[in-house]
Order: sequence, then structure tokens, then C-alpha cells
Amino acid sequence: MKKHSIEFKLNGDIVKAEVLPNKSLLDFLRSDMGIKSPKVGCDRGDCGACTVLMNGKTVRSCLVLAVEADGCEIVTCEGANANKLTQKLQKKFHEKNAFQCGFCAPGVILSATELLSENPKAGREEIKEAISGNLCRCTGYEPIVEAIEEAAKK
Amino acid sequence: MPITAQFEYEKVKSWSEALSLKSAKGSSAKILAGGTDLVVLLRENWVSPDLLIDLKGLEGISDISFKNGVLTLGANVTFSDLIKSQTVKKHFTALWEAAQTVASVGVRNRATVAGNICSAVPCADSAGPLLVYEAEINLLSEKESRKIPAEKWFTGPKKTAIEPNEILHSIEIKAPVSKTSAAYLKLSRYEGEDLAQASITALLDCDKNYKIAFGSLAPTPRRAYKTEEFLKGKKIDKETLSQAGKIFEKEIAPISDIRSSKEYRLHMAKVMLSRALEKTVSRYYKGVPHYGEGMIE
Ligand code: FES
Ligand code: FES
Repeated sequence: MKKHSIEFKLNGDIVKAEVLPNKSLLDFLRSDMGIKSPKVGCDRGDCGACTVLMNGKTVRSCLVLAVEADGCEIVTCEGANANKLTQKLQKKFHEKNAFQCGFCAPGVILSATELLSENPKAGREEIKEAISGNLCRCTGYEPIVEAIEEAAKK
Repeated sequence: MPITAQFEYEKVKSWSEALSLKSAKGSSAKILAGGTDLVVLLRENWVSPDLLIDLKGLEGISDISFKNGVLTLGANVTFSDLIKSQTVKKHFTALWEAAQTVASVGVRNRATVAGNICSAVPCADSAGPLLVYEAEINLLSEKESRKIPAEKWFTGPKKTAIEPNEILHSIEIKAPVSKTSAAYLKLSRYEGEDLAQASITALLDCDKNYKIAFGSLAPTPRRAYKTEEFLKGKKIDKETLSQAGKIFEKEIAPISDIRSSKEYRLHMAKVMLSRALEKTVSRYYKGVPHYGEGMIE
């Protein structure tokens, strides 16, 4: 396999690297970049734990190849704090004690960030739809939905 | 887990480059669109291509255009793109509605319509709408270009009419000229992310011609021509629906799988056919609900 040089923006910084075609973006972020907020859940696109923002849109980094990130802008939870919206969401999640183990949290936070940046006044149904691809084994979703609802209100 | 499959990757800069690679490599080269199916298959070692050809750098590949009543979807148009398109919403309701039922946002942002029909699983959400709107699929190879009507596209489970040296270039759909209404109905085990246990797409025009397509109820997504023929010119009422159900039942060939049993599918297929037709008729007179409303309807 031939290595490819890629250059992309990761949480605001330019990253240059050489990657093999069969390396997933998730693997690359976690093992090469030391970015650990995207989690390895199912590794097959079902759970949303590996969610990152790619050019502002949530994607499942386990289904994206690292080579495909060339020229893109990738934001993970580590860098999303720079976004006011994410800060607001995080505050609400905190207040509501919305997570338990927190494994799903980075994915949920990014999905909610994408939703509110496109639809700042999103209602309950839209919130549920937006996080329907983020599985949570702990909370039963109620506090998560409530926290996003509150962030959408103000 | 690392991906163990070994392959090369080429992000092409032109169609001619893509086509010459494809014709040199044939079926050992795969087109990488959103990767939401392909990367899963690679991870599981269910496919082992030598080369992935990435078309995402080509100009216009993600464009949705609407000219002279023809909608053209580039090979990289995603389900999220469809949902955001007012044209799709206005003229191709069933397609727009089907797009919303595909997995979840994070998948829809990457998964493409072209990829959906190239994977050609019996439950492909875009298949039913493309069948009732009688879409055409534009294929390119190094030497020629050809069009395949959606109805001839699906040749078997995960099989299509595309040749190993061809690449799907775009999908074209003519907007219906007269007033029509349409609906896409999907049955799944829970709301949110699931594949269809069964799906029905229905379309009605001003002469009471009905078009019906189904998914997950036979080896491929298909049109229900006999049921359509029976319904032609008829008003939808209880009696008509029950007769239509009997004809429909013979047109489908569901199996039992992890998502439901054959018997359940047979039963629900009729229920859904009725619901889809009733919804289509009511939309013909009352119009389509807004986004958000549509989901809780
Ligand atoms: S790890 Fe990517 S979706 Fe589960
Ligand atoms: S808080 Fe544990 S998975 Fe969501």
C-alpha cells in the first residue's frame, strides 16, 4: 500500500501527515494524534461514539478514511470548546448532570452543536432526531434531550 | 480496530482519469462515495478491492440541479443534501421523505443516493422513490455513456445493471408535469436508526394513475405493476384497499430475517400499502406537512 500525504485542519491547527489508505480517521485521531474524545464504540457506524465534525457536519470517523480528511476541517470535542454554542451546551449538560459514564458524550455534544448551529430554536422532536444516531447505554436520553432543549431556548 | 484489508487509494482529478482506472481495474476497483457501506464491508473483509477510487474531488459531483423540469443528482449528493433541497421537497416529496428516514444525521451527511442504489440492498431507502418517479441512471465508461431506467437497475440482491468498467455519473428524474402527490412509508423496529422491515412508496396523478414501489419485500426493490393496474382510475376506499391488498400480496416475496418474519412482513405489507395510499390521496388534496411535522405525523 502506498502512503498518502495529507494536510488538514484539526481543531484549528494545520496537521500534515503520511497515512496508509486503510487507516480510519478514528484510528488516526486516537493513535497518531492522541485525540481521545472520539470513542471506539461499535467501529461500524452504528453507535455515534466516534462522531467528529468534518467541515462543520457530523460524520462517523470510524467510517471515514484518514486520507479523505485531506483538505478538510476536522473538529473534535477537544476543539469544539472554542465554539460558543458548544460551550453553552456543555454548561447545560453539566447543570442537568446529563451524562453518567460519559462515553457517548463527545458524540452527543457534537451532534447537538451541529443541530443548534443550523437550527438554533430546534424543538424536542428535532433534538431527538438529531441525536438518534448517538447511542447512550446509561441515561435513557431524557436529561440529554432536556439539556439540549434548554440550550435551544436561550 | 484497524482495518486489515489492503488496498490503494486514488482521489481522481477528472472523469477521464476515473474511467481509465476503472476500465483497467474492473471489479477490483471500487468507487468510494460516502463510505458508510463500503468502509463497513472493508472492515468485515466482505469485499477486498485492490483500489478505491474517490470521486469527491470532481467538479459538480455534489450538485443538485433542476433544469427544464429535470432534477439531476451528482454521484456524491448525500441524503442531507436532499433534505436541504427545496426543489426535492417540492417536486419529489417521496424522495425527500425517504431521505429523512435513512439512518441518522451523521450517516446522512456522508451517505449518497448513488451509493445507496449501487449497494442495492433490498431495503435501500431511495430505491422506491426512484422507481415511482421513473428515474434514469447515467453511467459512464471510457468508451460510452448510457442511461438505465431505475426499473432495470436492480437485478438481484446487491446486484445492479452496472458493468465493471462503468461508473455511476448522475441520476436524473423528470418532475411530474401534472399535479401529483406521493408518500414514502417505512416500517422499522424502532424510530431512529434502523433498516426497513418493509417500505412502500406511492404516487398519485390527476388521472388517478397510481404508482407503487416496495422495498424489503422481495430480493430487490420493485414496482407493483399488477396492483397499480388494478387501482387505475379507482377511488381509494375500504373495499378497493382490501382487494388491492390481495393482489399486492401475490406481487411480493418477503423472507424471514433478523428484522422480522415473513408472516409479519406479509401482513404489514398490506397494512402499509393501505396507509401509503390513504396518505397519498390525502396529500393530493391537502398538501404535504412541513419538516418536523412530517416526522411525528
Ligand atoms: S464507533 Fe463509529 S459509529 Fe460506533
Ligand atoms: S452516559 Fe454512558 S453511554 Fe451515555
